[in-house]
Amino acid sequence: MAIKTQPVTVNLGPQHPSTHGVFRMRVMFDGEEIVDVEPVFGYLHRGSEKLAEERTYTQVVTLTDRMDYVSSMLNNHAYMLAVEKLAGIEPSPRGVWLRMIASELQRIASHLVATGFLLQDLGALGTPLIYAMRERENILDLFEMLCGARITNSYLRPGGVFMDAPDEFWPALKRSLVDILNTIDELETYLSGNEIVFSRTKGTAVLPPELLINASITGPMLRASGVDWDLRHRNPYDYYDKVQFNRILHTASDNYARYWVRVQEMRESLKIIHQCVEQIEPGPVRPSFDEIPRLIRPPVGDAYVAIEGSKGELGFYLVSDGGISPYRMHVRASSLINLTLLRDMLIGGLFGDLFVTFGSVDLNMGEVDR
Amino acid sequence: MTTAWSGAALAEAIEAFAPGSVEKSATRDVWLNPNSILVVCEGLKTRSEFRFDLLSSVTAVDYIDHFEVVYHLTSLPMNASAVIKTRVGLGRTDASVPSVVSIWRGADYQEREVWDLMGIRFEGHPNHKRIMLWEGFPGHPLRKDYVTYDQSIETGITASNEDGV
Amino acid sequence: MGQSFLDNSLWRNVYCFLAGDSTDCATRNYSDGVLPAGMEWLAFLIAAVVVIALVINGVLGGVIVLIWGERRLFGRFQSRTGPNRWGPWGTLTSVADAIKTMFKEDVVPADADRILFNLAPVLIAAPALLVFAVIPFGIGTYVADLNVGILFVMAVTSLTTLSVLTAAWSSANRIAILSALRSVALLISYEIPMALALVGVIMLAGSMSLGGIIEAQSVPFIIVQPLAIFVFFLAAMAEMARAPFDLTEAESELAAGYLNDYASMKFGLFFLAEFMAELSTSAIVTTLFLGGWKGWEPIPSHFWFAAKLVLVLFVIIWFRMTLPRLRVDQVLKLAWKGLFELTMINIIVTAVLIAIWPEPTTSRLWIMAAINWPVAIISIWAVSKLLGTTQYENPVPDPSSPVYPVATSAIPASAVFSGDVVVGPTGMDGGD
Repeated sequence: MAIKTQPVTVNLGPQHPSTHGVFRMRVMFDGEEIVDVEPVFGYLHRGSEKLAEERTYTQVVTLTDRMDYVSSMLNNHAYMLAVEKLAGIEPSPRGVWLRMIASELQRIASHLVATGFLLQDLGALGTPLIYAMRERENILDLFEMLCGARITNSYLRPGGVFMDAPDEFWPALKRSLVDILNTIDELETYLSGNEIVFSRTKGTAVLPPELLINASITGPMLRASGVDWDLRHRNPYDYYDKVQFNRILHTASDNYARYWVRVQEMRESLKIIHQCVEQIEPGPVRPSFDEIPRLIRPPVGDAYVAIEGSKGELGFYLVSDGGISPYRMHVRASSLINLTLLRDMLIGGLFGDLFVTFGSVDLNMGEVDR
Repeated sequence: MTTAWSGAALAEAIEAFAPGSVEKSATRDVWLNPNSILVVCEGLKTRSEFRFDLLSSVTAVDYIDHFEVVYHLTSLPMNASAVIKTRVGLGRTDASVPSVVSIWRGADYQEREVWDLMGIRFEGHPNHKRIMLWEGFPGHPLRKDYVTYDQSIETGITASNEDGV
Repeated sequence: MGQSFLDNSLWRNVYCFLAGDSTDCATRNYSDGVLPAGMEWLAFLIAAVVVIALVINGVLGGVIVLIWGERRLFGRFQSRTGPNRWGPWGTLTSVADAIKTMFKEDVVPADADRILFNLAPVLIAAPALLVFAVIPFGIGTYVADLNVGILFVMAVTSLTTLSVLTAAWSSANRIAILSALRSVALLISYEIPMALALVGVIMLAGSMSLGGIIEAQSVPFIIVQPLAIFVFFLAAMAEMARAPFDLTEAESELAAGYLNDYASMKFGLFFLAEFMAELSTSAIVTTLFLGGWKGWEPIPSHFWFAAKLVLVLFVIIWFRMTLPRLRVDQVLKLAWKGLFELTMINIIVTAVLIAIWPEPTTSRLWIMAAINWPVAIISIWAVSKLLGTTQYENPVPDPSSPVYPVATSAIPASAVFSGDVVVGPTGMDGGD
């Protein structure tokens, strides 16, 4: 016998413990089942793209820090590559190695946050989250050694980085790499085979690869569906063609696959950092001010550069009118675009899976709203 | 390594299946006639010589006398990229372009963002609403003629956002 | 009355101190009382009030300690220190919290049904306290030893459903309603395995009084009844709405569920009730399965009870800290398809064993344990196989047959943009 029920619209967010910031959803429930979802954005919109038009090319770095605030280094990286392409700057090798190390550390930190919060959304009451955060602290300490800042790094400059790593950085890095690997192992033994984690995430929010590509979804989400698309490998920027790493793929394309891909990618990032440390050579970390002026005036033109961010393709589109500040800056925010299929993922699912699916997308509101 | 289509070659290939759609081409870029966007994009996605299945980015630039909508396309099977542009709203009036959501769903939020911040209409978009700002927000802030409240005090020009919020 | 309450040392000490003239007290070596003869009724009344006050305040004090202990343990589990500012080792943190809670503004939503809204915290706190009426804390230390003690416990604890529903309905909050629906489904489902799990215990003990069950445990029933403790413990966790069954509160989904609109001491009562439920569940598990206050002389029975209680509490907290939450359909599936069957197996096996040995002696209990353990292990394994999730067969795609073609072909070499010129023209010089 079917019981007649009435759908209820519930407003989740912007103040809600699991919305990863200030995301808001109007969700229509039929009992526990989700009937309709409407995402509402903009609670963290700060107009970064407009602000960039009034700052010099170097000053804009601080704005990129605040977009995806759990992967500032990667934002710096993408932005600087775009500036270098626009202005035709040849970076210094040591600076490139340093920013690759920083980027990969940041990717690990970002994936740790994603994994920790996914498990928090699964209801693990903080324990895995705090273990993940503890390791992230390690990485932030390393950043503090590199550039004095922990979250809003502003470490990169056109042509490299602004400061060489201090001597104590290298032994600390070695120690941290061991610690991080141990934490990943710990997380895996504790969670990857956990029956509750597995039964909650297996087979939920499955998306076929064709649909993912059609919706411009990239990054770990795409690789979890088995599509071998990693910009570090397919379009190697910086010295990514000089390091070896595996592309992590999974066929299931469900929440578990997304979690699993992220955990394995952290291991690959560790491998990349090891190779960077082996190959780095002494030298200047950025071209001198004789070669590149403090105030860059790129020639008239535009440039689009995309890197493999922690959440997907992170692109910067810069237009120059020959002046000291960008005429127009656009960010291809993977967090926002990865949400395109949110409705397809959620509708028909249960309330319990709503925030798990949401967490498996791994979004950052700073980047979604900019 | 992702290869980029050169503007000339891409223009020639597009002209082959959609005559009259290319306005001009340069180094990497192809300028299309806004009216032929849908036909060309459909072809770019499905035809075997392009196979642009991933729409990387949609954005727009305000060039004072006109707007330019920029599409960055990526082809996974061919590991290639291309840039197509279209000039709309010449003389800053009636800036509109057909929506490509029916071809790439990834354009959904990006086109809404362009409409919200730059004020370019996307005809045929299934959910043509503001995305970052609230409905009823006066003006489109990324336009070059947008005057903020602070600027209006300095210059004496009326703010685009008259509430001064 | 028959003065049977004088078996209870709590009552006896107070009563006989007041009314020592009574022959019952005299037989138990009490000297003259404080009150004149004929005032036994007053002595009885005062004794009742004193005992009830003692138990209620003892329980509330225990809850305060429990909250502190739980938070300290959380800290340890999560590799941090936990509360350590107020008092030695942070012991006064709960006191500070209680004072803060009491002085907060009491917010009532405009649309709330005020009567029910105010009633719900009382409705949840009262049953949580009532359970302690039948729990023997030591030899002769209890408020009442009902001969239907287990039934009383089951009946009183199931009142929680009603109060949760009342709280959710009266606060006119949609998230709270979703939480209440979950709560009703959850609590009603788990009542059944919980009650059935106790059937084996009752059969073995031949009594429904908690005191009688403790007496019958010459071997703790956790050894004799492994299936029963397994099912009862899981069901009790669900009844308390504790992780991994904390669907009703589900912090990451429903924010705080039915508690969303409660503030100040009304919230405080819910909070207290939650921890009292934890305490009472541990006490019941201790009583029914761990032999209650039984232990070795000369250490007093109260100590043994407390030690076992702390042990069970530790396990409950450990569960809460380490397991993620189940989804609502999985929770109900576990109750109806898993635990229900296990209790049935347990009842049948225990019934057969009791039919063979109607009067179980200590050695026979050990034989029963030897039979019950293999049965428990096999049946739990079978149920976990039936309900468990299977691993992926081929999680990693085969590189020779990719899911989606990537970089399989290339664009013609003549069409490639060879990038000496990194800067392309823009609309600025491209416009005509």
